[in-house]
Amino acid sequence: MYLSFALLIAIISNLRKTLKTNGFSAQLDKLLLAGLGVSIAFVALGSTVKSTSAIVQWCLAALLLYSVYFIFKHKEFQTSRPMLFAMLPLIVISLIGDIVEAVSEEFYKEWDNYFETAGLFAFIWMGAYWFITRRQRKALEQERLKAEAKEKEYRITEKLKAELEVQVAERTAALQAQTEELQKTIVELKATQTQLIQAEKMASLGELTAGIAHEIQNPLNFVNNFSEVSAELIDEMNAELAKGDMEEVKAISNDLKQNLEKINHHGKRADAIVKGMLQHSRSSSGQKESTDINALCDEYLRLSYHGLRAKDKSFNAKFETNLDATLPKVNVVPQDMGRVILNLINNAFYAVSEKQKATKDQYEPKVTITTKLVTPHQIEIRVADNGNGIPERIKDKIFQPFFTTKPTGQGTGLGLSLSYDIVTKGHGGTLQVETQEGVGTTFIIIFALS
Amino acid sequence: MKVLVVDDERDVQTLFEQRFRKEIRDGQIHFAFAFSGEEALQYMRQNHQEAVLILSDINMPGMSGLELLKEIKEKYEVPPPVVMMITAYGDVDNYNEAMKLGADDFLTKPVDFGALKEKLKNHIA
Repeated sequence: MYLSFALLIAIISNLRKTLKTNGFSAQLDKLLLAGLGVSIAFVALGSTVKSTSAIVQWCLAALLLYSVYFIFKHKEFQTSRPMLFAMLPLIVISLIGDIVEAVSEEFYKEWDNYFETAGLFAFIWMGAYWFITRRQRKALEQERLKAEAKEKEYRITEKLKAELEVQVAERTAALQAQTEELQKTIVELKATQTQLIQAEKMASLGELTAGIAHEIQNPLNFVNNFSEVSAELIDEMNAELAKGDMEEVKAISNDLKQNLEKINHHGKRADAIVKGMLQHSRSSSGQKESTDINALCDEYLRLSYHGLRAKDKSFNAKFETNLDATLPKVNVVPQDMGRVILNLINNAFYAVSEKQKATKDQYEPKVTITTKLVTPHQIEIRVADNGNGIPERIKDKIFQPFFTTKPTGQGTGLGLSLSYDIVTKGHGGTLQVETQEGVGTTFIIIFALS
Repeated sequence: MKVLVVDDERDVQTLFEQRFRKEIRDGQIHFAFAFSGEEALQYMRQNHQEAVLILSDINMPGMSGLELLKEIKEKYEVPPPVVMMITAYGDVDNYNEAMKLGADDFLTKPVDFGALKEKLKNHIA
């Protein structure tokens, strides 16, 4: 009786614990509580009234069997089934013992030892089983906790992912807007660059204007002077003819012929200057043409010099050309290469004029332009001045766009940077600078013949 | 009379020789030509101030006409030769500078040869 009762109590309390941890229905809990009440009532009845003890024992046994059935019936108690397996041998043996005792007390007494031994084994079984399941359950519990933690972690990750997703979308939109903005800016910048290049070209043309005027004025003067003197010579020749001095007539006619050649020569000179000017102002066709580099250097050196002279009367400088007469014609874009040469020469004259202003006496400003073949396939143009040189700290910057040492408004800061682009990108050459402070600067262009 | 013409344009020589054809033939004026300021000074050193009149361009590479003028007026003994300046830039600055340095006359290009002839004749007389 007490064994059944103890088992019942153990089962019911175990089931209630299971219910509590899994949080299942209150209805089942009520049923279990009722079972507990009934069991206690039975035991109380059985132990106080001796005559009922046999019936109570059977009732408890029935209740025990019902609880076994109860566990198998309800899915909720799946986790409690192992406990049942632990108790089952004890239940069965005590039940068989009770039945045998009830049927034949004699037989029971005779085999009493066996029943007791079986009961002991069943009890040990239960203990061992309980011990093992407890360990298993603990392990399972840990697994469950781990899984729960993982699940929690997963949920957090999912949440973060969703948040990130939103952030990424926002960022992408922002970046796209930025990209569009930048693209627009690039288009605008390209347009500005084109305008600036044109402006720089016009600025250098402006610097040239005075030089051009001077250069044109000189040949025009000769054209006028020689045609005037020729008219006079005709009069003289007529006079000599009348006198019959044929020697003198011959001499005069030779002079006349020479004069006509001079007129023609100076006319062509003016023509070439105007053509060169037009070529300079025209936007570059980008077409490479067979070009006489020496002529280009000579022309721009003169234009630049006279341009500066016209602007600043106090300025004077020696200029020298060391042009290699054996230089073959080279394939370049003449307008572009001309601009580079002009720019370098203008800079050189600017450098020496600055030094002249600062030193006054004991200084002979000089600009030299040299051409030569450095290898059978490479040509070199050197533009050298004996100005103040370029300070080390700005040497790296001189080819940067918009860098200028001139006062605001006097230089665009594009001359050297455009020159650099023309030589390197346009003609696959190099533009280098050698400079020594206080001694002078030399710019060196090197490019291949073809 | 010896006239030294200084100009970096070489055709100036031909022009002068033809313009003063008669004067040269008649031996009234002798011309010498120099194509830079330096050359002019060298000529004067070699010929012991033979030239009494110098016609100089101002705008020349290297030594300018004004520097030449200064050199001549400072270094050459009394009386220094007559120096006439000729320039394409007939501006006030150049004119004042030339006059300050002692130029005897100031002409602008294109040269009026008729007027120049008159001036030279005055100096001969």
